[in-house]
Amino acid sequence: MIKTFIVGYDGTKPSERALEFASRAAKGRGAAVLVVHVLEWSPYSFLTMEEIAERHKLREKEVIRARAVVDPVCEKLRTDGLSVSSEVRYGDPAEIMCEIAGKYPDSIIVVGRKGTSNLASRFMGTLGISLIQASPVPVTVVP
Amino acid sequence: MSIFKLGAAIVAALTPALALAQEGGGIDAAINAAVAPVSNFIVSIIFYSVQIGDVSFPLIVGWLITAAAVCSIYFGFIQFRGVKHSLDLVRGRYADPNDAGEVSHFQALTTALSATVGLGNIAGVAVAVSIGGAGATFWMILAGLLGMASKFTECTLGVKFRRENADGTISGGPMYYLSRGFADLGKPGLGRALAAIFSVCCIGGAIGGGNMFQANQAAQQIANVTGGDASFFADKGWLIGLVLAVVVGMVIIGGLKSIAHVTEKIVPFMAAIYVGAGIVIMISNYDKIGWAFGQIVSGAFTGEGVAGGVLGALIQGFKRAAFSNEAGIGSAAIAHSAVRTKEPVTEGFVALLEPFIDTVVICTMTAVVIVVSGTLDSGLTGVELTSAAFATAFPWFPVVLAVAVVLFAFSTMISWSYYGLKATTYLFGENKTVENIYKLFFCICVVIGASMSLGPVIDFSDSMIFAMAIPNVIGLYLLMPVVKRELAQYQAKLASGEIKRFH
Repeated sequence: MIKTFIVGYDGTKPSERALEFASRAAKGRGAAVLVVHVLEWSPYSFLTMEEIAERHKLREKEVIRARAVVDPVCEKLRTDGLSVSSEVRYGDPAEIMCEIAGKYPDSIIVVGRKGTSNLASRFMGTLGISLIQASPVPVTVVP
Repeated sequence: MSIFKLGAAIVAALTPALALAQEGGGIDAAINAAVAPVSNFIVSIIFYSVQIGDVSFPLIVGWLITAAAVCSIYFGFIQFRGVKHSLDLVRGRYADPNDAGEVSHFQALTTALSATVGLGNIAGVAVAVSIGGAGATFWMILAGLLGMASKFTECTLGVKFRRENADGTISGGPMYYLSRGFADLGKPGLGRALAAIFSVCCIGGAIGGGNMFQANQAAQQIANVTGGDASFFADKGWLIGLVLAVVVGMVIIGGLKSIAHVTEKIVPFMAAIYVGAGIVIMISNYDKIGWAFGQIVSGAFTGEGVAGGVLGALIQGFKRAAFSNEAGIGSAAIAHSAVRTKEPVTEGFVALLEPFIDTVVICTMTAVVIVVSGTLDSGLTGVELTSAAFATAFPWFPVVLAVAVVLFAFSTMISWSYYGLKATTYLFGENKTVENIYKLFFCICVVIGASMSLGPVIDFSDSMIFAMAIPNVIGLYLLMPVVKRELAQYQAKLASGEIKRFH
């Protein structure tokens, strides 16, 4: 029994398809939807001095921007009667998704896939592939 | 300002100078004559030396070493007791996942390191061992180890007394802990005066040691590998300088972060190649390593064949360590204070690794490679000696080294331009016009530094960097108790579990 659909959402077309798929499936089951927006960030990248000085300011702006992407779609799903929550996180997308999934035992991860052609999908679907290999819960990749 | 306009502005500003420079040594001589008396006067004060036997000992070197030793004792050799905690912090063991997206300790460390790792590690060490003998290395390592404690103190203070600007950015460094920290001690006037002196010296150091010296060495190295005196670049330092100035301008005025990003990524890579090559040379000469360290230790106490004996070796080693890792100078405190951290002491813990990596690891490696390669007695010095030492194992290495020197010089210039900028904004306030004048002047100095051999100007700028240590170290002595309190409350929080380990 799936209780939570964890959806990777960043406002792009593939992620919209994933969210649509997940919300339809959740509605039928009476499950909740958790919208996760991961901002790519590595604590081991190199920054210049000015970037270090401006990092905090920039981070606040990035979070506001990410919220502006996530909050409206969550609101829309809520008016459709779904139970929706959301998280905006920094880090490696696959790692963060797996970590969140670990906290929701009866959950499933839903992500979109960019590529359409065979070759492209092999190179582009890296998030889907890493999730399939590492996720503690089932993963659905929406083409 | 668009990049093209900027480039045009720099070219326009420099055309008369270049025209003169091309005519030969005329402008060099004119500038030397104008600057030399002032420069010599300042150099003679900063590098005021006492005669000990037949050696002159620059007091400023003693000033820095004493500060490092006092900090080491006052904090109970925190550089050895705290090193495990430092590594845990850098590895992100104590990083709160909710703070992801802020500058990590690793990023603060690597950025501060990219400002200090550079010509000092390659050329400076070669100068030290060519004058002070192998034994200079021993004193350099000792100074590096002690310097870890002064770095710990100044970087903790940098965070403790930084100022948050209305726009969310942070300003910090010795000028802020001198002015704000001394105000807390009830000495606001003294604090403001020392902060102003520090800022003036910092701008001088940024323009000189952080810029002209770097540009000059980069241009020389490019000319050397492309054929020495016969090279197309031999008398075209201004051309290399102009290219460098435009690239520097693109980053600091044009805000082209991508260039800085590329170099920030290449610099650690070059450092890795350098250290890797050094390790390979040491492994292939493994039978001589014991002998080399024997030379280093015995040379340190016998001073055999060194002008000035033991003291000569000691001065060279101490001086080189101070030049290279900048502990006690106060520059790193500017970089570290921009990091958002709840506990000031954590930045101190992270920063104390810098003199270790810079001096105890990289500088020592250069010295050992020079000793085992047998090039120490070749009569060469500076970059050429290091280059020759590495070439004994890898004939192609001088080219790699030239690329590394240019990149290191570039990243040092970018970092120091920021230090100078922070000192400028401290003196004149956050003002775009003043900032742009400073940045444009900085770019012009790149060309001047690359095209001329201005001995007095370079002496002057080196002395400016050391002059920063005078107000800074006074600040360290008076504000040390603040750091001790910070350290005590932090360790109490660690012990009580209030500061958690997350990973």
